[in-house]
Amino acid sequence: MVDNNTIISIRDVVKRFGSTVVAVNDVSLEIKQGEFFALLGPSGCGKTTLLRMLAGFESPTEGQILIDGEHMEGVEPNKRPVNMVFQSYAVFPHMTVHQNVAYGLKVTGTPKSEIDDRVRESLSLVQLEAMAARKPDQLSGGQRQRVALARALVKKPKVLLLDEPLSALDAKLREQMQIELVHLQKSVGITFVIVTHDQNEALSMADRIAVMEQGDVLQVAPPSELYEYPNCRFVADFIGKMNLFDGTVAGIKDGKVLIRVDEFADQLSNLVLPHNEHAKGEVGIAVRPEKIRLDENEPEDQQVRLKVKVTEVVYYGDESHLFLESTGGARFAANLKNEARDTHAEIVSGKELWVSWRPEDTLVLSS
Amino acid sequence: MENWRNNRLVFAVLALPPTAWLVIFFTVPLLIMWVYSFAERGPQGQINLAINLANYARAVEWIHLGIIWKSIWVAAITTLITFAVGFPLAMGIAFAPARWKNVLLLLVILPFWTNLLIRTYAWIAVLRTRGFLNFGLEWVHDKLSTLFASIGFPELMGEFEALELLYNQKAVVIGLVYVYLPFLVLPIYATIEKLDKSYLEASLDLGAGHWRTLFSVTMPLALPGIASGCLLAFILSMGTFLTPALLGGTDSEMIGNLIARQFSSSRDWPFGSALSFLLLYLTFIILWVRASLAGRKDGPI
Ligand SMILES: Nc1ncnc2c1ncn2[C@@H]1O[C@H](COP(=O)(O)OP(=O)(O)OP(=O)(O)O)[C@@H](O)[C@H]1O
Ligand SMILES: [Mg+2]
Repeated sequence: MVDNNTIISIRDVVKRFGSTVVAVNDVSLEIKQGEFFALLGPSGCGKTTLLRMLAGFESPTEGQILIDGEHMEGVEPNKRPVNMVFQSYAVFPHMTVHQNVAYGLKVTGTPKSEIDDRVRESLSLVQLEAMAARKPDQLSGGQRQRVALARALVKKPKVLLLDEPLSALDAKLREQMQIELVHLQKSVGITFVIVTHDQNEALSMADRIAVMEQGDVLQVAPPSELYEYPNCRFVADFIGKMNLFDGTVAGIKDGKVLIRVDEFADQLSNLVLPHNEHAKGEVGIAVRPEKIRLDENEPEDQQVRLKVKVTEVVYYGDESHLFLESTGGARFAANLKNEARDTHAEIVSGKELWVSWRPEDTLVLSS
Repeated sequence: MENWRNNRLVFAVLALPPTAWLVIFFTVPLLIMWVYSFAERGPQGQINLAINLANYARAVEWIHLGIIWKSIWVAAITTLITFAVGFPLAMGIAFAPARWKNVLLLLVILPFWTNLLIRTYAWIAVLRTRGFLNFGLEWVHDKLSTLFASIGFPELMGEFEALELLYNQKAVVIGLVYVYLPFLVLPIYATIEKLDKSYLEASLDLGAGHWRTLFSVTMPLALPGIASGCLLAFILSMGTFLTPALLGGTDSEMIGNLIARQFSSSRDWPFGSALSFLLLYLTFIILWVRASLAGRKDGPI
C-alpha cells in the first residue's frame, strides 16, 4: 500500500473529544513527499485537530497515522520527524532570535559548532541574519513568523506543519509571505502541510488541497481541479464564488442531458448539457461568475441565455461585481472587467442585460 | 455612570472612608512608632522623647544582629522548601482538568478559614512527643516488631523512641512552610495558568523532553510569578512571630519575637519601634531589588 513516495498516510482516523464532539470523522489521506498540501475548511471543521494529531499533541481515537512509513501511535511529539509552526508562532520571549532557532538543536545534543552554522543558514533562508541578537518583542509580526519558520526548518524535518501561519498578518504582508513560503518550500524540498480557512491562500500556494467540513474530508484535488470540478455543493460554494441553482433531470436525448431549472423555466424550458454521470434526479446546477458572458443584445449564438435585470453593482477597482435577476427569479453574480476608465458607466441598477454561458462550463452536482 | 471617576464629588465621597481608615489606623500609628524609635525608655518603661539614634545602634549590636541573621536564614530555608513543595503543586493545579482546578485551589486556601493560632496548636498536637506523628510511628514500629518477632528476630526493632519534633528550629520551619505555602502557590499558579500553552508544545515539538521544557521554558516564563511567590513567602516568614513562639525552642527566637518582647515583657517601646523599622527597611530593600531586576530590559525576571 505504501509507495515510497508517500510521506504521510492518514488511515480511517477519527478523533472524538468526550462522547459528543467528533472533531475528525473517519479521514483517510495520503500526502506525498515534497508536496505542498493544504487543509482547507471553515472554522471548527477539524483542521487544527488533524494537524495536531500529525504533530503528536492529540492522539487519534481510531485509525492510524504513518509518517515516512512508521506508525506514530504512542510516539511523543519530541520524537516525531515533523515540526510545527504555531498559529501564535510561540517564539520563546525569553530567548533571542538566535537562541530560539538554536533551541531545537541544543536540546537534541547537536555539537556547538554545527549549531551555529545551521542557525545562520536557517536564518538566512528567512532573511533574518541581521536580527539574530534581538528579542522577539523587538520584532514585527512578520519577522516573528519567520523566526518560527526558521526554528522549525533548522531541524530539517520530514514534514513541516503550519497552522494558519499567515492569519495574523495584514493583507499585503500575507500575499508576500504566501509567495515566499512557496519559494521556500520548493528550495528546501520539505513536505509542507498547511492549515488555512482562506481559500485564496490554499489555491495560490498548495499543490493539493483537502477540503474539510465538520470533520469530513469532502474532496482532495489540485487547486484548478477543485475550482473547476468541485465534487459536491459544499465545495462548489466554499471555493470561490458560485451561482447555484436547484434542478431536476428531465431526460436524456442524443447523449445530452436535459435539466429543468424552475427559475429558468419561463425563458428556457430545459438546459441541454453534455453527458454527466451525476445527472440523476435532483441535482445542483452551478456556474462560476467569471464564466458568465454579459451582452446588451440577445446573444443569438449562445444556447444557454437568459434576460436579466441588474439589481446591484459593486465596484472593486479592477473589476465590478454585478448582481442580476431574471424574470423567473433566478439570481446571478457576474464579473465585469473595467478595461478602460469609462467603460460600463451605463451599467447601473435596473438596466436590462443578457447573461449566457457555455453548456460545458456548467457544473452538475449530485445533491 | 462610566465617568464616575470624573465626578469629583462622588469620587471624594467614595474615597474618603478608606482614606480616613488608612490614615487613622495605619499611617498615624506608623508615624508615632517612627518617632518612638528615636526616643528613650524611661526607668518604668515610659517613653522619653529624647531624639537620638541609640535604639538603632543597639539594634545592630552583635546579639541582635545574630537574631536578624537567623531570621533571614530561617526565612531562606523556609522559602526554599516552600518552593520545592509549592512549585509542583502550582503546576499540578494549572495543568489539572478544568473541573478539578477550583476544588484544588479551594483546598489550597482552605486553611485560611481557620485561625492561625488554632492551626499552630494543631501542629503542636501533631508534632509533640506524645503527638499524632509519634503515635503513628510507634504503631508502625510495634507492627514491625511483632512481624519480625514472628519470624524469629524479636530484638531487631528495639524499643521505640519518640522523635523530638517540637520546640526546635525544624518545627519552626515545618510550621512556616505550612503557613506560607498558599502565598507562594497562588502567584505561581496564576502565571502558569496564564501562560500560552503553545510555548510548551513548541518546546516538545522541537525535540525537548518534559524536564528540559520545564527548566528551559516553563520556569523562565513563570519567573515573575515565582519571584513574587518566593518573595512573599520570604518576607512573611522573616517577620513572623507566632510560629517560632509556639513551635520553636529557646534558640528559635526570630526578629518578630524580639520585637514582640519589647512591646510586652521588656516594656521597651522605643527599641521595639526601632527594630520594627529596621525590618521594614529590610523589606523595602528586598522589594526594591526585585523591582529594579524586573524593570531591567533584558533582566532575568
Ligand atoms: N480539546 C478539545 N476539547 C473539546 N473539543 C475540542 C477540543 N479541540 C477542538 N475541539 C472541537 O473540535 C472541533 C474542531 O476543532 P479544530 O480546532 O480542529 O477546528 P479548526 O478547523 O482548526 O477551526 P479554526 O479554523 O476555527 O481554527 C471544534 O468543534 C472544537 O470545538
Ligand atoms: Mg484551527
